Amino acid sequence: MGVVAVVVFLLLRLTAGDPAAIIAGDNATTQQVEEIRGRLGLDRPIAQQFVIWLGNVLRGDFGESFFFKKQVADLILDRLEPTLALSIFTLVLAVTAAVPLGALAAYRRATWIDRAVMGLSVLGFSVPVFVIGYALIYLFAIHFAWLPVQGYQRLRDGIGGFLTHLILPSVTLAVIYVALIARITRASMLEVLNADHVRTARAKGLAELPVLLRHVLRNAAVPIVTVIGLGVALLIGGVVVTESVYSIPGLGRLTVDAVLARDYPTVQAVILLFSVVYVLINLVVDLTYTFLDPRIRY
Amino acid sequence: MNRVRHFSVGSLLSAAVIAAVLPAPALAQTTLRVVMHSDLKIVDPIWTTAYISRNHGYMIYDTLFATDAKGEIRPQMLDKYDVSADKLTYTLTLREGLAWHDGTPVTAEDCAASIKRWGAKDSMGQKLMSFVKEIAVVDPRTFRIVLKEQTGLVLSALGKPSSNVPFMMPKRVAETDPSTQISDFTGSGPFIFKKDEWKPGDKAVYVKNPQYKPRSEAPSGLAGGKVVKLDRVEWRAIADHQTAINALLAGEIDYIESPPHDLLPVLRQDANVKLVDYNPLGFQYTFRFNTLHKPFDNAKIRQAVLYAFNQKDFLEAVIGDAKYYKICKSLFPCGSPLESTKGMDGLLDSNFDKAKALLKEAGYDGTPVVLMQSTDIAVLTNLAPVAKSLMEKAGFKVDMQSMDWQTLVSRRAKKDPPAQGGWNAFLTGWVAADMLNPVMTGFLNAGCDKAMFGWPCDAEMEKRRDQFARETDPKKQKAIAEAAQVRLTQYPTHIHLGQWYQPIAARKSVEGIVTAPVPVFWNVDKKGR
Repeated sequence: MGVVAVVVFLLLRLTAGDPAAIIAGDNATTQQVEEIRGRLGLDRPIAQQFVIWLGNVLRGDFGESFFFKKQVADLILDRLEPTLALSIFTLVLAVTAAVPLGALAAYRRATWIDRAVMGLSVLGFSVPVFVIGYALIYLFAIHFAWLPVQGYQRLRDGIGGFLTHLILPSVTLAVIYVALIARITRASMLEVLNADHVRTARAKGLAELPVLLRHVLRNAAVPIVTVIGLGVALLIGGVVVTESVYSIPGLGRLTVDAVLARDYPTVQAVILLFSVVYVLINLVVDLTYTFLDPRIRY
Repeated sequence: MNRVRHFSVGSLLSAAVIAAVLPAPALAQTTLRVVMHSDLKIVDPIWTTAYISRNHGYMIYDTLFATDAKGEIRPQMLDKYDVSADKLTYTLTLREGLAWHDGTPVTAEDCAASIKRWGAKDSMGQKLMSFVKEIAVVDPRTFRIVLKEQTGLVLSALGKPSSNVPFMMPKRVAETDPSTQISDFTGSGPFIFKKDEWKPGDKAVYVKNPQYKPRSEAPSGLAGGKVVKLDRVEWRAIADHQTAINALLAGEIDYIESPPHDLLPVLRQDANVKLVDYNPLGFQYTFRFNTLHKPFDNAKIRQAVLYAFNQKDFLEAVIGDAKYYKICKSLFPCGSPLESTKGMDGLLDSNFDKAKALLKEAGYDGTPVVLMQSTDIAVLTNLAPVAKSLMEKAGFKVDMQSMDWQTLVSRRAKKDPPAQGGWNAFLTGWVAADMLNPVMTGFLNAGCDKAMFGWPCDAEMEKRRDQFARETDPKKQKAIAEAAQVRLTQYPTHIHLGQWYQPIAARKSVEGIVTAPVPVFWNVDKKGR
């Protein structure tokens, strides 16, 4: 986390762009820009700025947003629900769709089903998120008018609106994830399908479904869970684009807005948060291995 | 019987699911859902010149004077004003019954403090304050502005339509250090800002001010009666243009302030959407020189660019549809009182032979022009390639460097030579209402270090701007403005590249959009509430 903190801090300072000039507006004079720079503490040496920021972060103070004049922690808390809801929906949707599809493709290897699933997964992996988003909006929001084009409704304002606003963004974001997980599921299952214990299970007269679920899928689960964990980075990247396309006021859009405005405190805090989430999820994935494969011990 | 019971249970379940999934019925109040040109981030319109903050200002604050549809300055918060015979004392009397959003009356003391704060920040305000001897409160509704010497700026500055607009604030707010953002958003304007509902990056909410007393006249430009017909206005932050257009077509929003020109044909095809030309003065494109460094430290070389350019190429490349642009050689916007073509004959006609001759005469040594191109603002992106092409045809070497707008904004503030991170030129757009006279036009300021980025330094131009500020006779003011325009052709600080217009896209249920240089929401109504 320390490395992330240093890299983020330095990258932002090395990036072209001056928050003071941006805040001041088009008609501002050089003197006005300098005044703002002083107020933001950006006229101090970078090392001094870093020490002050790090000290504050260690005390749990992420500072005040340059632009929004709000505490960064409050801004993040406010944006957490949409991003969390979108991510969980996407993850559930992706796993629910991808694992059976991958399993089916493996089970029906070299048939048209296998080729269709793999073909679609290549397509899903190749088409940019925003293209999928616009296509879905055109079809389901404009043409059929079944779902809203954009926006987010908080859970406390009604479950109906909450769900309808999440369907299109989640499907959009899930496509790439489904493609990834389905391919890994297929590959992992193919390895296990030819294993001795599977042949033995079949020879003992077990039905195909229990064989697939208990003896194949479980043994193929470690790489699948690994990919789901690693894919969180993909999910974070996708959230940024999806929230922009669907105008969801979540952390992804906060990140884009903050980067464009060179809002250093906000960018630093959000990236630190994403890093923590990524590390924690991969820790959970590592721990999950012990449940899936009793041979793994830490 | 069983079948009936199953049907009933099924129907109930279906109804419950539909009720849960369908959006809640609209509230009885009229809410206008709007996508402005950008998200509202800074809510102090005196502290920043950002147009979105200015628009916010017009929602919640009021002004002493305002510019009407004919470009004339009219009293707004004022009942009357008197000018002494020597034109050194302006006595201003507020209308009766004006109140702040918290219910307390608007007083002359509030206005005096507001003028002082604005006068410390705004460039035209600073110029006006250089003439002001004192602002004296006479009684709770009356105050005097006493001048050291005559100036024609009092009304035009206090009634200026665009950034920074002299909005009136309560004294306790106006006494905030001009370099510190205010945190109390009490105004006396037609709408009240709902600070508790403001979520930057999501929405800003305004509700009708029930105490607001509009003038009796019909709305005209930014002047006249500000009658509020909406209960609530929500500015929704939708950064993606395509998403905003889709939301408008689907009826999820009612109004887009700045739909991109290339998507206007899509909007025209929809029977429920209309395009409203609200800003007759429109916007002006400009090419800005940095006069500190070679080659544009030489006025003759800058003149060569004035000969090389033509407005049509720029306007076609960006706006495309001739309905939405106007070739206008006047330095001050076509349609404004100071419009003139004096001194512009032969210029902006892409006369490359003349441009080449000037370059030769000036001894241009082939120093490349570092031209900054903004790539993320649709109405600006195509300008720089056109400039590059025209300049190269005239014999310039051009190094066009692409970057996002915020990087450009930061870089243009640097005085360093181009090779060390500085620049030679860039292109931008202005609201034409920001360029109505020589004092107001920021790029005409040729006060060296005090000038805007580009830092032109020309005593002649400054003399004309001072003359304009001192003159009170409109006819003589026009003559001075023309002289400033002629001087610009000899000492170019920037080049104006034509006017363009930005329609508002709105659902047909939206009515009463006011024709003004700023999008405002009084007089606007929404049918089918």
